[in-house]
Amino acid sequence: MNGGQAIVQALLDEGVETVFGYPGGAVLPLYDVLYDSELKHILVRHEQCAAHAADGYARASGKVGVCMATSGPGATNLVTGIATAYMDSSPIIAIAGQVATQLIGNDAFQEVDMLGITMPITKHSFRPNNPNDIPRIIKSSFKIARTGRPGPVVIDLPKDIQEAELDEYINRPFKLPGYKPTLKGHPLQIKRAVNAIINAKKPVILAGGGVIISGASKELRKLAKIIRAPVTTTLLGKGSFPEDHPYSLGMLGMHGRKVANLTVNECDCLIAIGCRFSDRTTGNIAEFAPNAKIIHIDIDPAEIGKNIEVDIPIVGDAKKVLQDILKILEKKDINSEKKEWIEKTIKFRNKCMPRMSFDKEIPLKPQQAIKEIMETIDDDTIVTTDVGQNQMWMAHFYTSKKPRKFISSGGLGTMGFGFPAAMGAKMALPEEDVVAVCGDGGFLMVSQDLATLREYDIPITICIMDNRRLGMVAQWQRLFYDERMSHTHLGEVPDFVKLAEAYNIDAEKVEKPGEVKEALKNAIKSGGPTIIDIVIDPMEILPMVPPGRGLTEIVGEYKVETKTIKKEKVEGE
Amino acid sequence: MELKTHIISTIVQHKPGVLQRVSGLFTRRGFNIESITVGESETPGLARMTIIAKGDDKLLEQLTKQLNKLIDVIKVRDLEPTNIVQRELCLIKVHAPEERARSEIIQYANIFRGRIIDVSTETLTVEITGDTNKIDAFIELMTGFGIKELARTGPTAMSRGPKTI
Repeated sequence: MNGGQAIVQALLDEGVETVFGYPGGAVLPLYDVLYDSELKHILVRHEQCAAHAADGYARASGKVGVCMATSGPGATNLVTGIATAYMDSSPIIAIAGQVATQLIGNDAFQEVDMLGITMPITKHSFRPNNPNDIPRIIKSSFKIARTGRPGPVVIDLPKDIQEAELDEYINRPFKLPGYKPTLKGHPLQIKRAVNAIINAKKPVILAGGGVIISGASKELRKLAKIIRAPVTTTLLGKGSFPEDHPYSLGMLGMHGRKVANLTVNECDCLIAIGCRFSDRTTGNIAEFAPNAKIIHIDIDPAEIGKNIEVDIPIVGDAKKVLQDILKILEKKDINSEKKEWIEKTIKFRNKCMPRMSFDKEIPLKPQQAIKEIMETIDDDTIVTTDVGQNQMWMAHFYTSKKPRKFISSGGLGTMGFGFPAAMGAKMALPEEDVVAVCGDGGFLMVSQDLATLREYDIPITICIMDNRRLGMVAQWQRLFYDERMSHTHLGEVPDFVKLAEAYNIDAEKVEKPGEVKEALKNAIKSGGPTIIDIVIDPMEILPMVPPGRGLTEIVGEYKVETKTIKKEKVEGE
Repeated sequence: MELKTHIISTIVQHKPGVLQRVSGLFTRRGFNIESITVGESETPGLARMTIIAKGDDKLLEQLTKQLNKLIDVIKVRDLEPTNIVQRELCLIKVHAPEERARSEIIQYANIFRGRIIDVSTETLTVEITGDTNKIDAFIELMTGFGIKELARTGPTAMSRGPKTI
C-alpha cells in the first residue's frame, strides 16, 4: 500500500463518502488512487468552492467535510475556505499536495509554505514525513476537527510521501497529550449559575452556534420554558431555538432585531451559551447588557472573558452543562416575577415585529421575497446564505425552526460562501431541499461552479437577491459615508438567466410580488439545479447599529408589521 | 491595568514547527514577546519553553488560554515571580587591546562570577550567567571598554523548591 492508498483507506475508515477537490501535479498520486476508489469525488471549478462545499457539508450534517487540492496555488485557493471554517468552528479537513520532501524549501515549482500560511487559521495541521504515519494522521485529524470546539485541520502532503510504500497500515490516532477538551462543567460554577438564574427577575438567553454544534436545542427549549426567559441568538445560533416560538426574539446585534437588542439591554441576567461575543453581536462592549449578571457557557476556555467580562464562567459542552443545570433547576421553585417579564417581552416583541408584507411594491422588497421563500419551503429545507444584505435580511426575517437548517458565514463574512456551501449541504443530505440565498456580488465570485452544479446534477435552487449593488457596503456608504457610493454599483451585467443558460441550467428572472413563490415552487418541483434572479429594490436597507455604538442606538427606519398578531400564550402555565 | 512582566513556563512537543505555532500565536493576537527560550526538557520528546511577556492580567489570561489551545502545548504555567530561579546566559566580546583594560575586564568578570572564554590580541570574550538585572549591570560596565558583539539567550526559569509545572 502506498501513501495515496493509505489516505483513501483512512478516509473510508472514517466513514467519508464524498470529497470535494481539484487535482494538480503535487497531488497526482492521491488522485490516481481516487480513480478506482469508491470515494465520491466532486470536481469543483475553483478550490475555494471545494473548501466552502466541505464546510457546508459539515454544517448541514454535523460530520467532517473533506476537501483536497494540489500544492501552491491550489492550496492557497483553499485558504479563504479554511479561514471561514475556523472562524465559525466548522470541522473540515483540507488535504493539500506538497512538493516532494527533498524539494521543500527550494522554492520548487508550485511550492508554498502551506503549514506556515494556515497556522493561524487551523485548529491543527500535519505534514507526514513518513508514509507509515498517514493513517494515524488522518485519524488524529478527524478527532481534532470534530471534538471539543470543532475546527479545520490541514494535512500538507508531500508528493513522495504519497508515492512511498507503507510497511504497515496502523490506524490508531497519535497520542495527543496536549489535547483534552473539557466537556463537563464545574459543579460549583453550575450551582452558582443556577442561583443567579433563580434570583434573576429579567433573564435572557443568548444562544450561539455552540448550541447547534453540541446538539443542545432540546435542553435550550427546556431551560427557556422553565425559567421563562426570552431567547435571542447570534447569527450562527439561528435555528438553535425555533424562531416561531413566542419566546424567540430573533437575532441580536449590529444587524439584529430591535426587540432583541433592547431586551438584552434591559435584562438582569444573560445566559450566553456557545457564543463568542463577537463585536457584531455585542456592539460597544462597554454598553453591552449593562445591568446583567453574565453567565457564559462555552467549550473553549479562551472564549470566556476574551471580549466580555463574565460573572459566572462555565467551561464545558453546552448540552452536558445545560443538562446539569436543568437537573438542579427542575427541583426548584421558580419565582413568579419571571412570568411578568416574559409577558412584557412578548408584548413588546409583537409590537415591533419587522414588517415583511409588501404585496404590491415594485421593485420587489427583499422582505417580500423572503416572505415568499418562507411560504414555499418547509422547516427541513436547508437554507444557506451568502454575505451582505442578503444574509442580514435572511437572518432578520427568515424564521428558522430547526438546527443545522440555516447555514451562513459569520465570523469571516466570506462573500461567495452561499452557493458552494449549498452544494456541500445537498451532497451531505440529498433528501433535503436546499436553497441558497445569495447577493449578485457574492454569487459572481463563485459562479464558475455552476459547471459543477450541472456536471453532477446537484439539485439546489439559487435565489439571487439582485440589486446590482454591493448592497451592504452601499448601505454603509449611505448611512456613514455621506452617500458617496464609491465603487459599489455593479452595473447591469451579466444577465443571470443567460449565464445559467450557458451552463445549461434552468433560470428565471422575477420582478413582481408573487413571482418568487411561483418560481421557487417550480424550481423545487423540477428536481434539477435552478437559478432564480430576484430583482429587488436597491434602495432598501435594514436598520442597524452603527459600528462601535451600543445596541440601543439603532439607525435607519424600522418598518413594523401593523397587522394584528394573535395573542400568544405564555408557555409553562 | 498594571503592566507586569510575566514568566510563562510551558512544556511542548519537541517537534519542528512548534516554536512557530507558539510565536505565531503571539503575533496573531498582538501580544509582545520579550524573550523566548526553548530546549529539551527532562522528558524525551518534550521541550520546555520559557516565555517572558509584558502585559496586564487580562492579556496574560488570554495568552495562557490561547497557548493551552495549541495541540502541541502540553502544560502552561505563569510562574510566581517571587518564587523562582531564573538565569540568562550572555556572551560579550569586549574591545581590549591594552593590558590595563584587560586586567580591569578580568577583574570585573571575576566579581560577576563570569569567565573569560576567548582571548585575542584585540578582544576578550566573557561568559556570564545570572538574572536579567545582573547581566544588564555587567553590560553597562563593559560599555565603557567598547562592546564589539553581544549575545543574550533570554531568561530561562523554573519554580523554587520541589514544585514542578
